[in-house]
Amino acid sequence: MDALRVRVWRGAAEGAFQAFEVPRQASQTVLDVVTTIQRVLDPSLAYRFACRVGMCGSCAMTVNGVARWTCRTHVDQVARDGQLEIAPLRNLPVIRDLVADMSPFFDKWARAEGRFRGARTRHDDFERIAPQSAPRRAVDAGIECIGCAVCYASCDVVAQNPEYLGPAALNRAWTLHNDLRDVARRERLRAVAGDAGCHACHTQMGCTERCPKQLTPTASIAGLKRAAAKAWLAGEL
Amino acid sequence: MKGHPGYWAFLVHRVSGVLLTLFLPAHFIALGSALEGAAALDGFLAWTALPAVKFAEWGIVVLLAAHLAGGLRVLLLEFLPWRDWQKTLAALAAAASLGVGLAFALALAV
Repeated sequence: MDALRVRVWRGAAEGAFQAFEVPRQASQTVLDVVTTIQRVLDPSLAYRFACRVGMCGSCAMTVNGVARWTCRTHVDQVARDGQLEIAPLRNLPVIRDLVADMSPFFDKWARAEGRFRGARTRHDDFERIAPQSAPRRAVDAGIECIGCAVCYASCDVVAQNPEYLGPAALNRAWTLHNDLRDVARRERLRAVAGDAGCHACHTQMGCTERCPKQLTPTASIAGLKRAAAKAWLAGEL
Repeated sequence: MKGHPGYWAFLVHRVSGVLLTLFLPAHFIALGSALEGAAALDGFLAWTALPAVKFAEWGIVVLLAAHLAGGLRVLLLEFLPWRDWQKTLAALAAAASLGVGLAFALALAV
């Protein structure tokens, strides 16, 4: 059976790649490779995963230089000459080996007011939102984010400006901005319209290129730019 | 995150902008030479007729066209609701720049 030559990052900010040989299997994913290394070759390897089916967003890593969800990435798609290089996600602190610290990523969701704030109670009737209405469709276009941080790791603006909220947090803010039940739209626009917010996006579209759920964070950020501009013209910012 | 159309569009836009910014002071110095009398400006204009300078002039027109088309791309992306045609926009911007460059080269040749 063919062996796959795999180089895996060991250490934290300081560290080095360690080489492993892993047997090739049919339909093998990159996460399968990492799991094989941890279970068979070196139990001290640290990595993170949960669902294995592309729902939880916890297994993203840098594979041959590109951020990917490893559970849904087949070795056949990404191996070059039977070689893989697996590293933790870019733009985040490394805890150990392949485990990136996701705190800055999710702190920015909080800073972007990425939390639903409604005004109704259990005693009120349901809000009725037409499925084909424009705001509902805008929400649909961005709502499937699994929080894997692949976009965040692929964004050069984040790399250059560590304060930048990043594609995922801004995408989340845009879906809430279009949620007619939400009552914190003005505060949210204020939160995302600063120097490190939506206007910092350079439209390079690395996020859109790499999102494993094929979302378009660039469109969400553009929507926030328009909404912020309108609010500013109306004197609401 | 490099090597995809959105990134190249950004890079062309940024590099053309920086080069045009560098060109601008030279442009003003050339215009300013008119203040020193007609002879100074005419001498400069004669220099611009050299083939190498003409070629550089073509480069500036292409830079201007690329920067204009790239700027229109960003404006369209940001001010129109859009979804899946961003690569088409980048291609249109490149095509428009190339078209202007070719048209100018033809005008020079005639």
